[in-house]
Amino acid sequence: MTVTALLFASYADAVGRRNVPLELPDGATVRDAVAEVRRLPGGDSLPQHPLVAVNESYADAGHVLQRGDELALIPPVAGG
Amino acid sequence: MRTALHTRPLDPTSLLAEVSHAANGAAILFVGTVRETNDGRAVTGIEYAAYESMASRELDRIVSEAAERFASPHIVVEHRLGSLDVGEASVVIAVAHPRRSQAYDASRYIIEELKRRVPVWKREHYADGTREWVDATRAPAESVR
Repeated sequence: MTVTALLFASYADAVGRRNVPLELPDGATVRDAVAEVRRLPGGDSLPQHPLVAVNESYADAGHVLQRGDELALIPPVAGG
Repeated sequence: MRTALHTRPLDPTSLLAEVSHAANGAAILFVGTVRETNDGRAVTGIEYAAYESMASRELDRIVSEAAERFASPHIVVEHRLGSLDVGEASVVIAVAHPRRSQAYDASRYIIEELKRRVPVWKREHYADGTREWVDATRAPAESVR
């Protein structure tokens, strides 16, 4: 199945992309998707356990992904 | 209740007017502004970026929580995005309530939750020409839930 990973701010700079399609086996979790992103060139500078949102809600590493999900890797937020 | 994230300059006075109502005995206006130094470095400007669709959703959730918890629907929050100069407002929170105590508490709740949960990032531009994404929390990712 394909899910889309979104990268922002320092993570986007590290990988040089903002939007990465990931091909994952059925039943793959957030943890698996993050490991895939960290295998991209520049991805090894991302933390092993970044904050993640699935379809715009924060999700745990064990969250099981569905086809078409939008997975966002969220660098430390700094609003306000 | 209303929230917005946009690149236009913020107008705190208009937000204050928006929450005013004859039933309210107190209004709190919080204005966050760009500071000229951070960690001892001279800052010349800031660039705000967001995961806009989620930031908008998360901000709505926070304001709904505050409205329910402190029993006031009179809340407006706007967050600026894009490039800001030193002294410009980056966030404005206007809360009105019949009682001051709840108005203060709701305002404080919103800014603290916003800083913890809303996916917005800032890149500071320094006087020496360098720029850097700010890691304001330095907290482990697991604590932000």
